[in-house]
Amino acid sequence: MTILRVDGVSKSFRGLLALDKVSFEVERGEIFAVVGPNGAGKTTLFNVLAGVYRPQSGSVWFEDERIDGLRPDSICVRGVARTFQIVRPFAGLSVFDNVVIGALLRADLAGARATSEQILRSLELWDKRARPAGALTLPDRKRLELARALATGPKLLLLDEVMAGLRPAEIDRAVAMLREINQGGVTIVMIEHVMRAVTALADRIHVLHHGASLAQGTPQEVTSDPRVIESYLGAESFE
Amino acid sequence: MPPDLIAEVLVQGVLTGLVYGLMALGLSVIFGVVRVVNFAHGEFTVLAMYAAWFLFSRLGLDPLIAAAPIALAFFVLGYGLQRGLIAPFVRRPEHLQFIYMVGMAIVLVNALLLVFGPDARHADVPYAFDSWRLGPILVDKVRVFAAAGAILICAALFAFFRYTLVGTAIRACADNLIGAEVVGLDVGRLFAIAFGIGLACAGAAGALMVVLSDATPNLAPSFTLLAFTIVIVGGLGSMTGALAGGVLIGVAEALASIVFSPSLKSMVSFALLVVVLALRPQGLIGRRA
Amino acid sequence: MNGAGRSFISREKAVALALLGALLVAAPLVLDRYFLSVFILVFWSAYVGQAWNVMMGFAGLLSLGHALYVGVAAYIAAALYVHFGLSPLIGLIPAAAACMGFGAAIGWLGFRFRIEGVYFALLTIAFAEATRIAFDNSDWTGGAGGLFISVSSATAGQWWNLRGGPLLFYYLALAMAAAAFLFCALLMRSPLGYRWLAVREDPEAARALGVDVLRVRLASVIVSAAMTSLAGVFYAFYYNNVFTGQIFDISRSIEIILAPIIGGVGTLFGPILGAFVLIPLGQLLLWGTQALGLDAPGLEALLYGLCLMIIVTRAPEGVWPRLERLLRGKDEAP
Repeated sequence: MTILRVDGVSKSFRGLLALDKVSFEVERGEIFAVVGPNGAGKTTLFNVLAGVYRPQSGSVWFEDERIDGLRPDSICVRGVARTFQIVRPFAGLSVFDNVVIGALLRADLAGARATSEQILRSLELWDKRARPAGALTLPDRKRLELARALATGPKLLLLDEVMAGLRPAEIDRAVAMLREINQGGVTIVMIEHVMRAVTALADRIHVLHHGASLAQGTPQEVTSDPRVIESYLGAESFE
Repeated sequence: MPPDLIAEVLVQGVLTGLVYGLMALGLSVIFGVVRVVNFAHGEFTVLAMYAAWFLFSRLGLDPLIAAAPIALAFFVLGYGLQRGLIAPFVRRPEHLQFIYMVGMAIVLVNALLLVFGPDARHADVPYAFDSWRLGPILVDKVRVFAAAGAILICAALFAFFRYTLVGTAIRACADNLIGAEVVGLDVGRLFAIAFGIGLACAGAAGALMVVLSDATPNLAPSFTLLAFTIVIVGGLGSMTGALAGGVLIGVAEALASIVFSPSLKSMVSFALLVVVLALRPQGLIGRRA
Repeated sequence: MNGAGRSFISREKAVALALLGALLVAAPLVLDRYFLSVFILVFWSAYVGQAWNVMMGFAGLLSLGHALYVGVAAYIAAALYVHFGLSPLIGLIPAAAACMGFGAAIGWLGFRFRIEGVYFALLTIAFAEATRIAFDNSDWTGGAGGLFISVSSATAGQWWNLRGGPLLFYYLALAMAAAAFLFCALLMRSPLGYRWLAVREDPEAARALGVDVLRVRLASVIVSAAMTSLAGVFYAFYYNNVFTGQIFDISRSIEIILAPIIGGVGTLFGPILGAFVLIPLGQLLLWGTQALGLDAPGLEALLYGLCLMIIVTRAPEGVWPRLERLLRGKDEAP
């Protein structure tokens, strides 16, 4: 069952075409990766999906409801949560409060607190709950970003390069966490450069290049696709 | 409404507006280059009004001539203030800088009140009531002289920013601060110069203004608001914008005072401010931030 | 910015507050009229500072035109009493409603059109000024000449019309300041309070979590305006006169922000501390200059301006956070 449908989405900025008729469908419950060299338009795509940008043409459908052009908070209410490539914690607030704010979307204060505790425990952040979010290390801040997004009770999670900057051991832990979250029923669409994580997690991969769809398929299919290999010559390399 | 009355009022509005424009130009330089929200701009202008009045009443120096030394003194003052007190705030959160300048404005206004008292001071130059006849309308000499002074100073500034090395460097800072630093411009010094120029404009405008209206301390906040309105309406970062905005506001207020009533004239400026803020925040001539 | 997520108020603070409260309630037994009036000013400043703080400290929106709400409410309540004999306890309802309307208008204009920072502050100033001019030209409220509430023996003792001596206003102001403190403490712990903090920290991140930023900001403006309106009603009936030039003036708006900024923006105790420090300081200065035989109009205000400059330079978060850290000992986690 399709949970997200991207249909011919194009987006340009002052004449620069960032997205060129991108189309794909995401099945409910799968982990779907979007990869491509820098500048390929991945984050722009996410920003369109999350409501930060309005596409020039094309449409985005979530659970058969058209969501392109809606405000980010409206889209979040409908069940789409996102993380930011450069994490944006509420630095002056505690870790716990950061997550509570996310959880307040679906519950009252008491319920939000309970949900937050649950999520923080499962992401191994509970003992740091009183610390100001700005004082965390990068891996912890990424987990906080994830916890916050999860607290909104999403059906679809958009992850923007969560693995960037993490060491191999941390990546493995993150992969395990994401798998658990996915098994809990959350569909994941992830932008990733770290191919080790992509091949470990993704059911299907969509490749973007210069804002256009280049290829799509299982990790096996994509990594052996000659067009993909060619487009990466001199650009990104698979780990 | 007789057409020559309207014409007279229009001309008055333009002339006064040019002096307002000079004041606003100073704010545009400060706000646009140094990115300091100079909430004390009106206060400095009124300080200059008092300075000019003082020189006039003690030394008989015509304020229109005093504008030059006063501008110079204010340049030095501005340079020192920026270098000494304001520089740390340029990169701090905006609201702190704000409040700091609000504090400075309060100090200035009340210092003026303490020293000069609340009574109005006016410079009665000998030609204060002379006027020229231009066809059917009468034009006050003082207004023409003041406006001419404003235009002269603006032209000099324009040439400075266009043709001198320092002026170009300052424009670079306004355009792209990080780029300017990267190429090795002494941003601290340039900011101080820019602030000095901004205050010099306020100083000159104040000196010119004292022949047009009375100096009282409580004029200061409305001048600050007026300067910001002009800068926003005319467009931040645009010198012609500041002048054009000044003329526009001057004319609008002049017309409003005869069409509606004198006490309602500033409503027009506020209406313009709100409209511009909402619909065209870069102002009429300014660049998009 | 701390507070949310921790226990309501620490035990030490609660005890200290209770003590202070008891002292203040008993104080009129020993204070003369002059000191009562000083305390009334302190309570009023603390109250209105707390109201302003809701917008700035919680939602991060700088309003330099808060005198607008004081003036509108003062005029409406006073005019309704003068023309119709309507008790201010009822008159405060339309007064508050009008202020909430103004607040909603300013908020909507600002947020809908993404007017922020200095531009938003200028917008608030322009609105206050425009309203002043409007009231200048309104005969029903006395125009520029001002509106006067009669003080006569016929109405003496009518507490429902806020006719009474300094004791009435003392306890009223104290109650308002205390109520504002409690109200804000509760607000901070509410879902709305959490959302305000999020929007203040990072509006984009808040949006991504489903927070309707426009609604939340609007709420802060409206709550702040409503709270401030009550201060306006108090003002009118305490001073028994309202002048456009005085009540809408930008210096009034600046007076309102002094206590919370110097005390500590975004904290509950900041406005209170600020008021308790600034007002007596100003009075001391006035007393000093009078004792020396000097006539110094504006000296008090000049001092306030200097305080503002010093605080913003040396202790930008305000006196209260510094004091709190000092009292708690620096080794404890903030």
